[in-house]
Amino acid sequence: MAGKTLYDKIWDAHVVHTDADTGESLLYIDLHLIHEVTTPQAFAGLKAAGRGVRRRDLTLAVADHNTPTENQSAGLAGVKDPEARNQLETLTRNVAEYEIEYFPMGDIRNGIVHVVGPEQGRTQPGMTIVCGDSHTSTHGAFGALAHGIGTSEVEHVLATQTLRARKMKNMAIEVSGSLKEGVTAKDLALHIISVIGTAGGTGHVMEFRGGAIRKLSMEGRMTLCNLSIEGGARAGLVAPDEKTFAYIKGRPAAPKAGAWDLAETYWRTLHSDDDAVFDEIVHIKGEDVEPTVTWGTSPEQGIALSGIIPKPEDFDDPVKAAACERALAYMGLEGGKPIKGTPVQRVFIGSCTNSRIEDLRAAADVAKGNHVAEGVRAMVVPGSGLVRVQAEEEGLDQIFIEAGFEWREPGCSMCLGMNPDTLAPGERCASTSNRNFEGRQGRDGRTHLMSPALAARAAITGVIG
Amino acid sequence: MKAFTQLTGTAAPLLEKGKPMSNVDTDMIIPKQFLKTTERTGLSKGLFHELKTLSDGSPNPQFVLNRPEYATASILIAGKNFGCGSSREHAPWALLDQGITCVIAPSFADIFHNNCYKNGILPVCLPEDVCQKLAEQAGGSNHVFTVDLEAQTVTGPDGESHGFEVDEGRKANLMAGLDEIGASLTASARIDAFEAERKLTKPWLEPAR
Repeated sequence: MAGKTLYDKIWDAHVVHTDADTGESLLYIDLHLIHEVTTPQAFAGLKAAGRGVRRRDLTLAVADHNTPTENQSAGLAGVKDPEARNQLETLTRNVAEYEIEYFPMGDIRNGIVHVVGPEQGRTQPGMTIVCGDSHTSTHGAFGALAHGIGTSEVEHVLATQTLRARKMKNMAIEVSGSLKEGVTAKDLALHIISVIGTAGGTGHVMEFRGGAIRKLSMEGRMTLCNLSIEGGARAGLVAPDEKTFAYIKGRPAAPKAGAWDLAETYWRTLHSDDDAVFDEIVHIKGEDVEPTVTWGTSPEQGIALSGIIPKPEDFDDPVKAAACERALAYMGLEGGKPIKGTPVQRVFIGSCTNSRIEDLRAAADVAKGNHVAEGVRAMVVPGSGLVRVQAEEEGLDQIFIEAGFEWREPGCSMCLGMNPDTLAPGERCASTSNRNFEGRQGRDGRTHLMSPALAARAAITGVIG
Repeated sequence: MKAFTQLTGTAAPLLEKGKPMSNVDTDMIIPKQFLKTTERTGLSKGLFHELKTLSDGSPNPQFVLNRPEYATASILIAGKNFGCGSSREHAPWALLDQGITCVIAPSFADIFHNNCYKNGILPVCLPEDVCQKLAEQAGGSNHVFTVDLEAQTVTGPDGESHGFEVDEGRKANLMAGLDEIGASLTASARIDAFEAERKLTKPWLEPAR
């Protein structure tokens, strides 16, 4: 019998029951993260059916999508948008009623849910983690099976602490060698998606393997797993190692004393066996990855920074050619021209993809001693209150402020434009977020995805480059 | 959840340069400004908002669902990787609120696909050339299709039937309009047993509170 993949191992360890007729399993959930946008209907459903929350101690709530990134000390009364305020108040009421731990806006532990989980040590290897947010894949960086779910499933997990699930296929992304100097996990992720496409990983769990992955920091692994959903895979995985254990140790929810040894012994078994069989394997040479930016309106529409924006006729596939034509028109770009030198009006450094301390350090390195170009508005939004404090202790806030960046309070901010941070129509943005979809950051806004260092450089020079 | 068995209704083709539109993401299906609701209903106002309205806020007469012949469409035909991106269940809620209970496409993104089944919407996967042909038929003068879940067929106005695959368990749940939480709660004893074992073998997973 062939060995098991990491996904196989975590799956097997969490199956409560499999229905022989339908093949559907009840999968036990170790950690359920919730936020204000995808839970109100779930709690309403629970209430209507007279059901309770089975494991409030395995549930953690944060407010992040709707929260403004300025003046948070004013509390919910300071949230100007009445609908956003209502959603935040609804979460506040629901967590109080069901006695769920909650980091509200303004709490130093508050921030983007996918930054908070790992930061608190709640995210641990071998766990199953779900959240009503597709970027839950982030937590896979710790060797946890983590993915987004819909609101009906949120309600199901609240009521039963299980998820109805079908086993997915195994995909390996083998990245050999090393990334070149100046090439980051973000570049690697955008490169992978440009190779496999946004549906390349559909139906699969994507395990990132190989020398280049081992060399990534935990922050880098989180960025990579975060973007696995943009390659179609609901969940990404990196097997845990010494870096993982060192990251978790000492965090508030990390196992203590004797429990740590027991946990670590188990965590060390969490890797794909040598003879494990993957349904699909993609090989990438770390040295082949260039700094990468997107030119279009799908994360798969990415090219090397030194590359040329494609034309519709460059694609053999008529569907891709049509998509290219639509994207170029939306983005206001011309095929056949270099992407380098494209002027931007806005820069956004933040989001669950790139708002951790390492990301802010990389951006600050570029910003230091320079100034944001005239006509450019640039903002830095730390992923959590704790990231913000750490950055301030390191003096990064001063570097940004002196360079003309806005230094904000934590939240999802301009990644999805549900809060006051949005693009105006026609504005072009160098963004460290995860989606360049039409209208994502604001109606008719134009998003170019890139790493924090490249985004900071765009802020300083006023152009992509 | 309302059961889905058989549906006869108008099919609307969502096209891009004459081809079923690919990579229709959930931000496109319902943009962020409509996610601030605490209800499941009333979301059709946000459905394809940026496609169906012009920059000045007036309706875009070119958009398929704004055309009078497709106003009552219950079937949508689109291109591959439909529903990619955000996990927002507001996307199927908005389709449902519009009266669309079946989407036909060559492929679907996983989370959206799953969310459809939780809301009585049938996602039908058919090959790209078949979707193209069906989209062309839906664009013609007769755009009434029949989708039969029991028989697993889609029949276009030309009378030709196209068989599709569907997971047996999902099919049964959809046909019954199953209350999944209620059904899962019947396995409570199994969940109890799993939890007891988990506490014993992985004690570090029990938060100290």
